[in-house]
Amino acid sequence: MPASTIPAPRGATISGWGTALPDTVVTNAHYEARLDTTDEWITERTGIRERRHGSSTAQLAIEAGRAALDMAGLTGDDIDLILLATTSPDYQIPSTASQVQEELGIRGGACDINAACSGFVYGLVQAHGLIAMGLNRVLLIGAETLSRLTDQEDRNTAILFGDGAGAVVLEATDDAGQLLAFDLGSDGSARKLLDAPIGGYMQMNGKEVFRRAVTVMVQSANTSLAATGISADELALVVPHQANIRIIEAACSRLNVDADRVATVLARTGNTSSASIPLALVDALDNGRVKKGDHVLLVGFGAGMSWASAVIRWTGHLPEVAS
Amino acid sequence: MSDEQFEQFKACAIEVLAVSADQVTMEARFGDDLDADSLDLVELVMKLEEVFDVTVDESELENIETVGQAYNLVISKK
Repeated sequence: MPASTIPAPRGATISGWGTALPDTVVTNAHYEARLDTTDEWITERTGIRERRHGSSTAQLAIEAGRAALDMAGLTGDDIDLILLATTSPDYQIPSTASQVQEELGIRGGACDINAACSGFVYGLVQAHGLIAMGLNRVLLIGAETLSRLTDQEDRNTAILFGDGAGAVVLEATDDAGQLLAFDLGSDGSARKLLDAPIGGYMQMNGKEVFRRAVTVMVQSANTSLAATGISADELALVVPHQANIRIIEAACSRLNVDADRVATVLARTGNTSSASIPLALVDALDNGRVKKGDHVLLVGFGAGMSWASAVIRWTGHLPEVAS
Repeated sequence: MSDEQFEQFKACAIEVLAVSADQVTMEARFGDDLDADSLDLVELVMKLEEVFDVTVDESELENIETVGQAYNLVISKK
């Protein structure tokens, strides 16, 4: 861990990334056989065709984190801090990040962040802040096992949620780095719209969550964009939280962003909360959809009701496919 | 009922629900006639809120089943 003196402001860049999904694929046909629903209905209404169930939040985080470290050419020794965004930790005490720390051989700090589906973007902003204050490298992970918090007999929620993880390594740079602007927010008065008591299952007012989700995604995206001075037209890619294709379509149409500039993976992951944005981002990166200098908007919303957006100009590592 | 306002309403319904103009009658039922589910209705109301500059509470949508009911609800807010 660096000394606690605060250096001149400096930026950060993403130097590696990775993902993890459990092995068990749960298709819509699984629910067709158990609940009063059909594959066609689920696909049309949500955009989800399958999701993954299993493993643990820590194990998924470790697998994704290890892949991100490998890509960055780093070992656990190099990492000053783990930030693990999760709303489905394995234990109430201690943080899930503590297990990740041990198993990845990291000697720096470790803590969980819970901002539900906005958690990864909250963590991304915090990582940049801590790097500006002197940390050199942060491992940021979004990991969830929402299947444990979902009543598999409840047609309203069972079909929607899945398990998974995505991770990025952020490293200090000598320049301003990649983060151009961000917006973090929350409306605690709406927290009852989507919640799960300790030891219980999630319940959700889907209609009201839908409406608020579209509204706050658009507002937050516009706030971040306005701060950068770039327009939605100039975005190469939008990486939205993957909850429901209809929320994504409704929000992106209001932002005037066509589907070919939107990263989506929810057809095969379902809603993985904190993991959804890194899963979609990594999928886009691995498929060469981001080039150096591109502007990328990350935007999430979730329980709380929380929201978060960030605009980055891609300065980081790119895989072979993009060159 | 003003023709102009209903035409505005109809345009919103055509866009959001991907239906044809002749399907959007006052009697049309969202579920049976327009194949619209609860989220479609939420999306439609969001669009109507923008176009008509009104605010509709989610609880007010509970008993809305027909185009006419939705239209009257929105117009009553003007």
